Amino acid sequence: MIPELGLAALWLAAALAALQLTGGAAAQRGDAGDLAALVRPAAILQGLLALFAFTMLLWSFVVTDLSVKLVADNSHSMKPLIFKLAGAWGNHEGSMLLWVTVLSLAGGLIALIERRLPERTMQATLAAQGFVALGFYAFLLLSSNPFERLPVPAAEGLGLNPLLQDIGLAFHPPTLYFGYVGLSVAFSFAVGALLTRQVTPEFARVMRPWILGAWVFLTLGITAGSYWAYYELGWGGWWFWDPVENASLMPWLAATALLHSASVLAARDALRSWTIMLGVVAFSMSMVGTFLVRSGILTSVHAFAVDPERGSFILALLALYIGGALLLFALRAGTISEGQRFALLSREGALVFNNVMLSAALGIVLLGTLYPLLAEALDMRVSVGPPYFNPMSAVFVIPMLMVMTVGPLLRWRHDNIDRIRLPLALLVAIAVTVALLVGLLASVGLLPMLGLVLSVPLALAAFLPLKGRRLTRVPLATWGMVIAHFGVAVALFGMANESAFTRERLAAIEIGGTERVEDWQITLEGVDAVAGPNWTALEARLIAQRGQGEPVRISPQARNFWTPPQQTTESALITRWDGQLYAVVGDQTGDGRWQLRLWWKPFVTFIWYGGILVALGGVLAIAGRVLGDLKRRRVAARSMARRSERGRLRGAAQTAGDRA
Amino acid sequence: MKRWTLWLPLGLFAFFLGLAAYQLTQPKDEFVHSTMIGKPLPRFDLKPASADLPGAKTADFTDGKPRLLNIWASWCLPCIAEAPHLASLREQGVEIVGIAIRDRPEDVARFLAAHGNPYTRIGADDLSELQLAIGSSGVPETFVIDGEGTIRHQHIGDVRAENVPELIEKLQEAAQ
Repeated sequence: MIPELGLAALWLAAALAALQLTGGAAAQRGDAGDLAALVRPAAILQGLLALFAFTMLLWSFVVTDLSVKLVADNSHSMKPLIFKLAGAWGNHEGSMLLWVTVLSLAGGLIALIERRLPERTMQATLAAQGFVALGFYAFLLLSSNPFERLPVPAAEGLGLNPLLQDIGLAFHPPTLYFGYVGLSVAFSFAVGALLTRQVTPEFARVMRPWILGAWVFLTLGITAGSYWAYYELGWGGWWFWDPVENASLMPWLAATALLHSASVLAARDALRSWTIMLGVVAFSMSMVGTFLVRSGILTSVHAFAVDPERGSFILALLALYIGGALLLFALRAGTISEGQRFALLSREGALVFNNVMLSAALGIVLLGTLYPLLAEALDMRVSVGPPYFNPMSAVFVIPMLMVMTVGPLLRWRHDNIDRIRLPLALLVAIAVTVALLVGLLASVGLLPMLGLVLSVPLALAAFLPLKGRRLTRVPLATWGMVIAHFGVAVALFGMANESAFTRERLAAIEIGGTERVEDWQITLEGVDAVAGPNWTALEARLIAQRGQGEPVRISPQARNFWTPPQQTTESALITRWDGQLYAVVGDQTGDGRWQLRLWWKPFVTFIWYGGILVALGGVLAIAGRVLGDLKRRRVAARSMARRSERGRLRGAAQTAGDRA
Repeated sequence: MKRWTLWLPLGLFAFFLGLAAYQLTQPKDEFVHSTMIGKPLPRFDLKPASADLPGAKTADFTDGKPRLLNIWASWCLPCIAEAPHLASLREQGVEIVGIAIRDRPEDVARFLAAHGNPYTRIGADDLSELQLAIGSSGVPETFVIDGEGTIRHQHIGDVRAENVPELIEKLQEAAQ
């Protein structure tokens, strides 16, 4: 009964999405009547129904209803509750349902609270949102029904991919989905604005919290995914330029560009068409990402989620939405007037430069990700890896980081380089000092060197916008920018250090033997067999001692899961403020020794701390914008009340005067 | 912005769509083909993998007679499936040199006792060195080597009944 309720709710939600689309379209043709008035309520109800359907799916997983195919395929009665829940979205059907649930909840939320834009633009926006949702409902209901029943209930579930049985991963996909979906809201706003030719600063202000929100989730999702790959896959790397990683990086790059161009539009009424186009591109990248992951068209470590038939369906949706939006853009953007002009040396100028560089980096990543696809069509087999991505993206990212250090110091409209000469000279001096120090003390590759040299002045420059201001009066949004930019510097510092100074030891040692890596001394005390709820493992007991410090026990494992049978490595980490010791246990060699792989990775954790700071900056910016908006609303409401009060008094006085 | 630039994103997107649609409809080739086809065998000299048969080296392949080089292992299940078909090739006079990948002599002997021995020589490739050099990505794989020691053909996966005449044909081509 529970699954059927969920399915019914999905059908109803789909019908409401259709109503939302029709109502919004009718409003555009001018005959706004009863139908147009239904758009907002339909969007809200649709969101609630989708949420209900998703809850029903969660419930089926919680009680392990093995008559539901999805549960039988992806869960197991023995699995811990948290992973049962994660199992609900750790598969194709469930994750698509989560996708559409978040999408319609976002649509419902804007329908409920957003009143700043002209009503026609809002209706067009909600119609676009309904149109996107409709496609995904069709996808779910026609080709990937999550509530499908088995003719005969299964005796036991088939488990969940053990690699995915990890708390970090339970939350990694939903986080990215929130990001993708937030961008769908930006997309709908862009389409709505384009349809009604209302590309105004107000539109940018309305869209901005959604971009920020999406961007925060994407940042967190990418950061968490990177850390997961780092400790779970046991290769010690934190970014592999895997197609699926790129699929999450590309929307992030587009969202970062969009965020900054929307700021220009909101503050200065410039970059109108560019902002619209980025709005379309950002969501396109999310959909292209979903397509690449789901279709299996590219080989990747995420190949557990592959299905070519569903790939075709997503491709068709992609053609419909993105093709449609880009066609609309080509037809309409020419009629949008240009907006305010600005000088090259100005805040806008720096932001435009940042936008161009981010877009170029996006193009590089997109090209590298799709190149194997192109080469294969021409009957060549290639794989594109770090030797392409690292230098090619650096070509654009490094100039961008340079401009990023000074951009926030510039004034809007036009500025004079003389005004910021002093801080500029200081920053250059610091960069040169770092370069000399690193160059003298170590031999480092070009890219890590550039990273180190840039990260220090960037970290300092991030705080310069606060100079000469009363800290308590600095707006939250500015704090957000400062912290996010500082986070970028921190992450860059971590990346550069990790790639410049990592030490690796691959050794086979007997029980009682000792191995050194950097200033650590690691002793293998023993190897035991241990058992978990659905796995057994070989666990190495290691004692690690740094210099003369306190010895620390760690125990990396090689785990064997039995449903389905699969082996994973559980690395063991010791975190210090200046880096991490990373240990992995391998097989036993013929003569009874054990293979150990040990790394010392200086400042590697800064990569993820930086990511978290960037996200925190985003959260502060949202808080600042939303609080500001609420305050404006209160002020507006109060002045409205005062005006009507005054009007009433005047009216009363008049009546009194008439009477006299 | 110029008018035509507004169409550029749509154009690029259309190109991507076309490419993705084309690739989606193409049958996916999961095999890794060796780039060594047409090239001489890499130099190797492997010790015997079992007590009863000699090991294998490059010079064994340069006496003018085409042979099969079979990459296999006693721990490999498809290798059991292909054993009878290798035996039938042997009956038809084909000489097969085996390369045992990461194997132990006692396991090799046990396998040959259980599933028959189609090989004239078996070299032990304990670190997959020859396997990598010859461009084989898995077990089992079978290569046709001509009389001069040039790699002429690669068969990926286990040899099935229908592959037997095919391999004989390739050997005859190699003999010409």
